[in-house]
Amino acid sequence: MPRKTMIESIRDAMDTMMERDENVVVFGEDVGFFGGVFRCTQGLQAKYGKTRCFDAPINEAGIVGAAIGMASYGLKPCVEIQFADYVYPAYDQIVSEAARLRYRSNGDFTCPMVVRMPVGGGIFGGQTHSQSPEALFTHVSGLKVVVPSNPYDAKGLLIAAIEDPDPVIFLEPKRIYNGPFDGHHDRPVTPWSKHDLGEVPDGHYTVPLGKAIKRREGSQLTILTYGTMVYVAEAAAAEHNIDAEIIDLRTLLPLDLETIIESVSKTGRCVVVHEATLTSGFGAELAALVQEHCFYKLEAPVARVAGWDTPYPHAQEWDYFPGPSRVGRALVETLEGL
Amino acid sequence: MSDNGSVEFGPLSLHVPEPAVRPGGTPDFSNVTFPDAGSVRRPDVDTNPEDMRDLAFSIIRVLNPEGEAVGPWANLLTDDQLVEGLRHMMTLRTFDARMQIAQRQGKTSFYMQHLGEEAVSCAFRKALVQGDMNFPTYRQAGLLIAGGYPMVEMMCQIYSNERDPLKGRQLPIMYSSKEHGFFSISGNLATQYIQGVGWAMASAIKKDSKIAAAWIGDGSTAESDFHAALVFASTYKAPVVLNIVNNQWAISTFQGIARGGSGTFAARGLGFGIPALRVDGNDYLAVFAVAQWATERARRNLGPTLVEYVTYRAGAHSTSDDPSAYRPKMESEAWPLGDPIVRLKNHLIARGAWSEERHTQTEAEILDTVIAAQKEAESFGTLHAGGKPSARDMFEGVYEQMPPHLRRQRQQAGV
Ligand SMILES: Cc1ncc(C[n+]2csc(CCOP(=O)(O)OP(=O)(O)O)c2C)c(N)n1
Ligand SMILES: [Mg+2]
Repeated sequence: MPRKTMIESIRDAMDTMMERDENVVVFGEDVGFFGGVFRCTQGLQAKYGKTRCFDAPINEAGIVGAAIGMASYGLKPCVEIQFADYVYPAYDQIVSEAARLRYRSNGDFTCPMVVRMPVGGGIFGGQTHSQSPEALFTHVSGLKVVVPSNPYDAKGLLIAAIEDPDPVIFLEPKRIYNGPFDGHHDRPVTPWSKHDLGEVPDGHYTVPLGKAIKRREGSQLTILTYGTMVYVAEAAAAEHNIDAEIIDLRTLLPLDLETIIESVSKTGRCVVVHEATLTSGFGAELAALVQEHCFYKLEAPVARVAGWDTPYPHAQEWDYFPGPSRVGRALVETLEGL
Repeated sequence: MSDNGSVEFGPLSLHVPEPAVRPGGTPDFSNVTFPDAGSVRRPDVDTNPEDMRDLAFSIIRVLNPEGEAVGPWANLLTDDQLVEGLRHMMTLRTFDARMQIAQRQGKTSFYMQHLGEEAVSCAFRKALVQGDMNFPTYRQAGLLIAGGYPMVEMMCQIYSNERDPLKGRQLPIMYSSKEHGFFSISGNLATQYIQGVGWAMASAIKKDSKIAAAWIGDGSTAESDFHAALVFASTYKAPVVLNIVNNQWAISTFQGIARGGSGTFAARGLGFGIPALRVDGNDYLAVFAVAQWATERARRNLGPTLVEYVTYRAGAHSTSDDPSAYRPKMESEAWPLGDPIVRLKNHLIARGAWSEERHTQTEAEILDTVIAAQKEAESFGTLHAGGKPSARDMFEGVYEQMPPHLRRQRQQAGV
C-alpha cells in the first residue's frame, strides 16, 4: 500500500472527494495556484480548474462566511485557514452562523462545510503559529471537531467530514504533518514513509466521526489524548515502563464516550493529555465525564497534562510544550496515587 | 419563482482573477501605467477630499530616469538628509542580508526581509517626530533603523537571547518599542490598523498633538479590520496616516485577489471620503514628500489620509517561502520602478553630492557596523546556543500580577 505524509493524505482526501462530487470546492489563502503554504492543496487547481480550487482574499471571516453561503446553496466547501491562530476573525461566522444555521431555520438551510486548519506547536512558530484552539470549538453547539493523528486517519476522517451534513472543524497537528513526533525534539523524526500508519489506501474510504481508537492496549492506566500528543504519550509510557492504554480520541465532538468509559472502568486510572492551555481546555470536559461515569471505579484522581496557561512563547518552546517528561511524571503520580 | 432562476441571460460563471504571468512566462508590466516624475499635482493639504480624487489613480513620483528631482513634490530634503536616507536604506538592506544568513545558520527560527521596499519605511520615519506612534507590520523595520533604534537590540530580539527585550516570548522581528514610536507587532494581519486609528483618536480626545501611522500590506487590506479602520478614521477624522504597502504580492497571491475590481488600493479610501494618494514606493524623495503632506494634514487636525506605496517585494515572503513556485524568476528585475537604493544613489551622484567611491566605502563601513552589532548580539546568545531568556520569563507578563493558578503552574514547572 502506498505510504503518504499527512499532507499528501489530506490532499488525497480532497482530491478523492472533488473527483467524486462536483459540489466539493476548496479555497483559502494561497491554496489555489501555489497549493497552500503547507502544500495540502497542491495540484488541485490544475486538476479541477480555478472555480473549484482558488485563492481567497486574506479575510478569514470572508472565507468562512462565503463557505457558509455556498454550503447553504448546496455546495460542499472545504476551506483552509492558513493557521488556526488566524481563525479568530472567522469566529463569529463559525459560532453565530455555521453552527446554528440548521437549528434556527429548522433545517430549511444547512451548512455542510469543512474548515481545515493547522494547529499545535513544536515548530518554533511563536504565539501566532502554535495554538491549539479546539476547546473554543467544542464549546459551541452545532459544530463537530476532528483532530487526526496520522495519515490514514487524516484521509478517512477528512472524507467523512466532507460528506457530513453539518459543519466540521478539522484541526491538523502541523508538527506531525511529515512524521510522528514524540516530544524528543533533539532526536531525529521518523518520516511517515517508515511508519505503518503512513499507509494510505487509494480511493474512497472513511474513518467515521465520533469513533476513538485504542493505540495501545494496557492495564495500568488510561491515557486520553489526540493529535501530536498520542506519540508523546506513547513515548512517556514506554520510558516509564507503564502498561498504559492509550486512546486516540480522533473526534472530540461527537465524543466516543463508550470507549473512554470501558477503558477507564478497566484500568481505574486516567490521565488526560493535550497541548492546549489547561484552564477550560478540552481536558476539563474529559475529566468531568470520567468522573461522572467512572467515579466508583477510579483509584486515583484524574490527572491533566496540558500547555501552561500563558501565550505560546518562542524561545521557551520546550519549556512550554508538554513533553514526555511532564507526561511521564503525571503517569507515575497517577499510578502511585491511591 | 422558478427554482432555477431566470433563464433570460444564460448561465453564470465565476470570475477568478489571475496575474498576467506565472513561472515560465515573461514578466510583463506593459499594461501598468506609470506617470512621469513630476507630472502629478500637489494640492494644498486642506483641499477638500472631493477635489483630489484623481490622486488615488495616479502615482506621485519625484525622481526621473536621469536621476533628477522634478515637479511640485521635489526639493524638500537637503543633501545631508538625502545622504542620511541613503545610509538608512543601505543599513536596512545589509541588516536583512546578515539576518537572512543567520537564520540559515540556525541562529534563529525565522526572518522576513525588506528587499526592494527599503524606501517606504525609511523615508516615512523622517516625517514623524518623537511622540508619534507607528502601528507597523513585519516589513517596516526601516522605522526603527531610521529612528535610531539600536541594531543590537533588534538582533537580540531576532535571536530570542538573554538580552531580548521581549524575553523570548515573541517571534523574531515582531519588535516593540514605545520609546521609538513602534507599537508591538502582533503577527495577526490587519488587527493593528484599527488600533492605530484608536490611538490617534485618543490623542485628539486628550487634545494632544501626537499622530499615528498605521501600516498594512496589499493582501491584508482584504481583512475586515482594514475597513473598520477606514470607517472609524473617516467618521472621527482621526489624526492618522493610513499606509498601504502594495508590494504586488501576499505570499503567493497577486494583488488582484485583494484589490478585486477596484482600480487601485488607494481608491478604497474614496468611498469613505478619505483623501487617497498613490506614490512611487521606490522613490525616497516621493515617499518623504507624501509622508510629510499626510502627516501635516493629520497635525493640522484635517483628518486621515490613505497612502498607497507602489513597490515590489523583490525577495521571498519570508525564510519559509520560495517565490519561484508562483512568479517568474525575473519579475523583480522587470519591475519598472527600479531599486530604491540605486535610484537615490544616482540622484545624489547627479547632484554632485555623492560618488561611486563614497558609495563603495559607505557600503563597507555599514557592513562593518552591522557585523559588529551582530557580534555583540551573539555574545548574548542565539536561539539554540548561549544565553537564553529563562523559562521563568515565560510565566511573567501574562498579567501585571501573577494569579495563583499561574504561580502554581510555574512551581510545577520547577522554574
Ligand atoms: C489574520 C492573518 N491571516 C493570515 C496570516 C498569514 N499571513 C502572513 S503574511 C501573509 C501575507 C500578507 O501579505 P501582504 O498584506 O501583502 O503583506 P506583505 O507580506 O506583502 O508585506 C499571510 C496570509 C496572518 N499572519 N494573519
Ligand atoms: Mg504584499
